[in-house]
Amino acid sequence: MLPARWRELFSLIPVSLLVTAGFTAVLITRSESTDEVTTTYGLFFLGCCVAAHLFIRARLPDADPYLFPLTAVLAAFGLVMIYRIDEELAREQAQWFVVGLAFFVATIVLLRDHRVLERYRYTIAAAGLALLFMPRLPGIGHEVNGAFLAVKIGSIQFQPAEFAKIAIIVFLASYLNDTREVLVTGRIPRLSLKHFGPLLLVWGTAMLMLVFIRDLGSSLMFFGGFLALLYVATARLSLVAAGLGLFLAGATFFANSISHVQERVDIWLDPFAKDVVDDEGYQIAQGLFAQADGGLFGKGFGEALLELPNGGTILPAPHTDLVYAVITNELGLFGAAGLVLVYLLFAQRGFKTSMVANDGFSKLLAAGLTAVFALQVFVIIGGVVRVIPLTGVTLPFVSYGGSSLVANFVLLALLLVVSDSARRAAPREGGLVAT
Amino acid sequence: MNRQILHLFTLVVVLFGVLVAFTSRWTVFEQENLEDNSANRRPLLEQLRIPRGDILARDGTVLAHSIASGSGSRKVYTRTYPEDGLFAHALGYSFIDRGQAGIEQSRNDELTGEKNEFVSLFDELLSRSREGEDVHTTLDPEAQRVAIEAMGGQTGSVVALEPSTGRVRVMVSIPSYDPNDVPDQFAELNQAGGSPIFNRATQARYPPGSTMKVVAAAAALDSGEYEPSSIVDGSSPKTISGAPLTNSGGADFGPIPLTTALTNSVNTVWAEVGEELGSDTMYEYMERFGFNTEPPLDYPRSQMTPSGVFDGNDLLDQDDPVDVGRVAIGQERLQVTPLQMAMVAAAVGNGGVLMKPRFTDRVVDKDGRVTERIEPDEEDRVIEEETATQLADMMADVVNEGTGTAAALSGIQVAGKTGTAEVDSGTSNQAWFIGFAPVDDPQMAIAVTVERTSGQGGTVAAPIAKSVLEVLVG
Repeated sequence: MLPARWRELFSLIPVSLLVTAGFTAVLITRSESTDEVTTTYGLFFLGCCVAAHLFIRARLPDADPYLFPLTAVLAAFGLVMIYRIDEELAREQAQWFVVGLAFFVATIVLLRDHRVLERYRYTIAAAGLALLFMPRLPGIGHEVNGAFLAVKIGSIQFQPAEFAKIAIIVFLASYLNDTREVLVTGRIPRLSLKHFGPLLLVWGTAMLMLVFIRDLGSSLMFFGGFLALLYVATARLSLVAAGLGLFLAGATFFANSISHVQERVDIWLDPFAKDVVDDEGYQIAQGLFAQADGGLFGKGFGEALLELPNGGTILPAPHTDLVYAVITNELGLFGAAGLVLVYLLFAQRGFKTSMVANDGFSKLLAAGLTAVFALQVFVIIGGVVRVIPLTGVTLPFVSYGGSSLVANFVLLALLLVVSDSARRAAPREGGLVAT
Repeated sequence: MNRQILHLFTLVVVLFGVLVAFTSRWTVFEQENLEDNSANRRPLLEQLRIPRGDILARDGTVLAHSIASGSGSRKVYTRTYPEDGLFAHALGYSFIDRGQAGIEQSRNDELTGEKNEFVSLFDELLSRSREGEDVHTTLDPEAQRVAIEAMGGQTGSVVALEPSTGRVRVMVSIPSYDPNDVPDQFAELNQAGGSPIFNRATQARYPPGSTMKVVAAAAALDSGEYEPSSIVDGSSPKTISGAPLTNSGGADFGPIPLTTALTNSVNTVWAEVGEELGSDTMYEYMERFGFNTEPPLDYPRSQMTPSGVFDGNDLLDQDDPVDVGRVAIGQERLQVTPLQMAMVAAAVGNGGVLMKPRFTDRVVDKDGRVTERIEPDEEDRVIEEETATQLADMMADVVNEGTGTAAALSGIQVAGKTGTAEVDSGTSNQAWFIGFAPVDDPQMAIAVTVERTSGQGGTVAAPIAKSVLEVLVG
């Protein structure tokens, strides 16, 4: 078998094909010739990918060879889709892609050993919580569709929850690694405030998020990530069940008392209701119509109907919340299933990294990051396909948004750092490297 | 911990599986429901982007055409009707805000190039964009113009069919409208006096008067109960279903042959024939002629009505208490469409075989290939050929020496039957003429009706039929 880094490089070939094919298709549909700008755009993207590959080769030679190419596939997919929706947005997204890679490189350079994160866990936890509640701060907080997800300072807007999710996972991995022995001792876990306090705190945080940020999606994502880690650390389904019960109880309570959350749930249950479909339910209903329009094979790149003949929009937020609906519209069920499969492969590599890691913290960190990543995918796509209420989280690496792209590149960097140290250690401790 | 991680991964697989399952739900299993959802404007908007095919007349005249406006991804097409109101009712219209009607609706799939998903995929691979196909109709602009002119603005309808093929050559409904006005004046067109958008040829239910005697005669001869020479009692008045019935002008004809009873449209004879035959036989023949069902025309169901005996909006069948004697002379609660009466004439003219009426001759794609050709299709054998010949001769007598002389053409033998039904409590008439020509080789069948006239079928409707037959057969 080829060495890991060569496999990584060769895996980038399909990415380059996807980029070329995607842009060509979009351009043909617009019946424009492939002008220099767009060719440069594509080549520039590939150049960035190869540069990142060379960087990984130098700094993390033993890291998992598939995580980066999978990310590149997703990013390429996102760039083509956004380019198809709006060229100007695509230019911005390309800039964010470069910024994301810079953060990726910086994370790897600064964090030679991820275990140092354990030392700062309470600082990181505090930072994570602070980030989460920033959107409610007067002056910089920014409300979108009734949810407080963004911070706006001057002209720069970002979504702190994207970064908070990493901080919270780092904290939980470290905390659970220390306390899991206690949590699993005996038939019934000892119910001391010392051990359960922080867990209740996490639950409380999730509930507060519902109340203050009013976003069911992020709340679900965070608490889901927490339960996943709790299960991996303790293997106790009873704890997970209890946590889930508490969350559902809290969510139901707040769903009935906070109008924004309740409204989202009502829309979810019946987006086609008479007075809802052209009003609050418009977004989800149009998303479903767009998917139905795609059918099995889709309309083809650049063919989906996004605008009315008079220039108005038919599909709101096609580049963010509903990007999955646009993808299904243009590439059909097969294309959408392909995208989900890429995410599944990413999750598989993430969990694999977790399994080959040698110490509890590394395992929990990799598993937690992967779980929260997968949950994010589930929450946003699930919202668009009406499995759960539609919320405003992003589709990692694909939907438009700087914060999301940068934060997910940091997440990727952490996974690769964990993977590199795990796989480098593996041969020394005897046995073959599992890939 | 690896076991738990594996479990977690399994959970992710399941969750992602749910995502794909739900995506399938919307893209495949519930696709049609979503596309039919009234809040979904996509199918209509999508159609705006398709260059819709033309609708052409029999002689190649373009009757409906799409014009492009805008460019690039905002290029849309709107419909225009170069011949204005000439074939308004047959064509219908297709506009984003007003929906569709007529041939525009019934042939929408062909006009928009609708194909199944796999063919579409193939087209996509060849980067062919979707375009509509042209619908070539059987409509005859020259005869249509003559018919409109002959109506002279009187409210009513003219339908002309080819008996041997079912091709609809003329369909006039007056008052008419210009489909180009539909986007701006839809409400007015629906409410204006006489509701111009309403297609009288297929949607109006009129009392048929004596034209119904053709159906009664067909039943009488074909059932073997009567011969054209059978002597019948033409005295007046007679008691039919417990109430006295008189002939037109109270004329008492005494004993006469059946054929004379048709020539002079003797009510008392045909009502008695209807009673003798009975409800079951009359209904059987009516249904063979197409009564009680919507006509098998390639036209939207919502724009057609069946003909039959109505109680309000409900069709009555032979088991309901119906005065079958008066049904046989076109009275009672019998209501018919002009299209139905044209089908009656066409079936007799075609040796007793009713052909499916139709507007479409062929569908042709943009490269000139015929993708669909609509062949003549037999709907039903209504009466034996011998019966049809006897009946045709009887109907020829009507035009030669009876009530329908105003429809006679020089050099061409016309067969027909007039009808005059009293409406508005006897203050005005529904005038009718149905017939075909030439008798020995019928090329054309026709039904003409005029609403609320002071004249008779023979004086008002028959001359209109003559003008139209002249241009179609002469």
